Amino acid sequence: MAEKTFTVTSESGIHARPATTLVNKAGKFSSDIELEHKGKTVNLKSIMGVMSLGIQQGSEITIKANGNDADEALSALTDVLKQEGLAE
Amino acid sequence: MSQRITGIGASAGIAIAKVFKLENPALEIVKTTINNPEQEVERFKEAISQSKTELEVIKDHAEKELGEDKAAIFAAHLLVLQDPELIDNVTSKINEDKTNAESALDEVSGMFISMFENMDNEYMKERAADIRDVRKRVLAHLMNVEFNTPSMITEEVIIIADDLTPSDTAQLNRTFVKGFATDIGGRTSHSAIMARSMEIPSVVGTKEITGSVENGTTVIIDGIDGVVIIDPTEDEKASYEQKRVRYEEQKNEWAKLVDESTKSADDKHVELAANIGTPKDLPGVLNNGAEGIGLYRTEFLYMNRDQLPTEEEQFEAYKEVLSKMEGKPVVIRTLDVGGDKELPYLNLPKELNPFLGYRAIRLCLDQQSIFRTQLKALLRASAFGNLKVMFPMIATLDEFRQAKAILLEEKEKLEQGGVDVSDSIEIGMMVEIPSTAVMADLFAKEVDFFSIGTNDLIQYTMAADRMNEQVSYLYQPYNPAILRLVKNVIDAAHKEGKWAGMCGEMAGDEIAIPILLGLGLDEFSMSATSILPARNQIRRLSKGETETHMGDLLQLDTDEAVKQYVQQHFLK
Repeated sequence: MAEKTFTVTSESGIHARPATTLVNKAGKFSSDIELEHKGKTVNLKSIMGVMSLGIQQGSEITIKANGNDADEALSALTDVLKQEGLAE
Repeated sequence: MSQRITGIGASAGIAIAKVFKLENPALEIVKTTINNPEQEVERFKEAISQSKTELEVIKDHAEKELGEDKAAIFAAHLLVLQDPELIDNVTSKINEDKTNAESALDEVSGMFISMFENMDNEYMKERAADIRDVRKRVLAHLMNVEFNTPSMITEEVIIIADDLTPSDTAQLNRTFVKGFATDIGGRTSHSAIMARSMEIPSVVGTKEITGSVENGTTVIIDGIDGVVIIDPTEDEKASYEQKRVRYEEQKNEWAKLVDESTKSADDKHVELAANIGTPKDLPGVLNNGAEGIGLYRTEFLYMNRDQLPTEEEQFEAYKEVLSKMEGKPVVIRTLDVGGDKELPYLNLPKELNPFLGYRAIRLCLDQQSIFRTQLKALLRASAFGNLKVMFPMIATLDEFRQAKAILLEEKEKLEQGGVDVSDSIEIGMMVEIPSTAVMADLFAKEVDFFSIGTNDLIQYTMAADRMNEQVSYLYQPYNPAILRLVKNVIDAAHKEGKWAGMCGEMAGDEIAIPILLGLGLDEFSMSATSILPARNQIRRLSKGETETHMGDLLQLDTDEAVKQYVQQHFLK
């Protein structure tokens, strides 16, 4: 299992547009991928799950990937978060 | 037998085509117990896959027509459609509870919808609408009902709808949509203004059109006289075809005036300018021979998105308009939102009287970072053309002074940073609140120009909501009260050596034009399609003669009397 924690830096948190990119990316991997925020865990491949967290600037999020391509998935998602200026 | 329905001609022209009804199907969901869950899950997956194919077509189409930005909404719909939380929950409901797919989908999506609706954030609440859209699409496939959006149109049609929302109009494809007719709306409603800028013949406010036609019925839209003919006879088709040809001929006549300047019969020049919403409207402006842009409504830059446009995005848009107008005057109005023009991401509270509420300059002076970002973009763009900045909804001198001071502050900061900013930017204001029309003499000392916004000025002066059909009789552009206010504004401007323009619908109106000419209006700004007919009319009028009538005209007592006076003296 691969796991990594980030701090959200984007002014508007993570909603629609960035969430779409993130979910799209997660959907490309076969591993189970979860997103944890304030004690709540959702499926990172679910747009409604991710948006339901209402993630705001300054909060901590943890991505957990479990499966064959867990490491690749985690590093790809890290790239998305950085490229989109969402979190670090 | 053909049927004839009348409404308000919102955009001139004649169109004949088959009906495409935009409507929300009534989807009544009945919960039933099923025997074969496997088959039911299959049926559900099939509906998902049909919806997916459909959405992909729409998304590609939207990307081509409107750019990736506006197509992003459909990408979001596609994700909702494939959301594992949604699909897994529906599937297990079918398997475990033995309920039919329709009601399983309804219950599961309903749970998500209420979750989003209960969030403390306007933007998230709106996402509930996305889930609703997707649910509707899948349900429609499950139940074999037709479900339409404007972006699905791929043949020549006339759109029939109760009303068209901004997002509907954004999806219209000009190649296929030949015209439209709606149940509600008036000449100044959003759909009517869009129709004119897109040059699509349309009739609004018919009250009953959606109930009177079926998909595929042939209809004629007469946007000149505000008539819709349903299922026309061959004779009617022929006579409307003639009318269309005559209209085209007239348009060709007008087209000869494209490069002419606007001079009255006694050789007095006035400026005819165009109103625009986005740089995409520029071809229409240039083809119709506008002498400038009298109103660039910047709020469209802020609409249909989930966050504020950046300074850079705004700069690019303003620069494009200014440079393509090649030194001709361009009046750009700063952000006019709030009230009825909502931006969900600003999270503004709902108001009981949005037209009298927190909007336009009131919002900008309060949330200055939004205002300053826009001003910076405008100032940087000023180096590329002839920019005039205009503030909307000014009520007091204080507001104007504050707005102007902020603009000058930003200008100085940019100049100190070595940025190229034009030195001859005029700073003016909209006159749409009666307090400013009354105090025009004092405002005139401080502004560089006035632009009279008649749609709002009329509604505020008559205290009549222009969206409310029951009081629409009070929307009286020629009411002497309005004309006296207009005269006061023009006179005040001229006394201080400033210019006065008008950017409401009235400026392009055949009856208003002789009056405005007689009152001395300097600039007339209107829908691009109205410019050539207006130029044609002004070239036949003597300004000197219209002036001699103003004394009598301003003594008339009603809207109707003014109309008759003009018809009798100037529209023979």
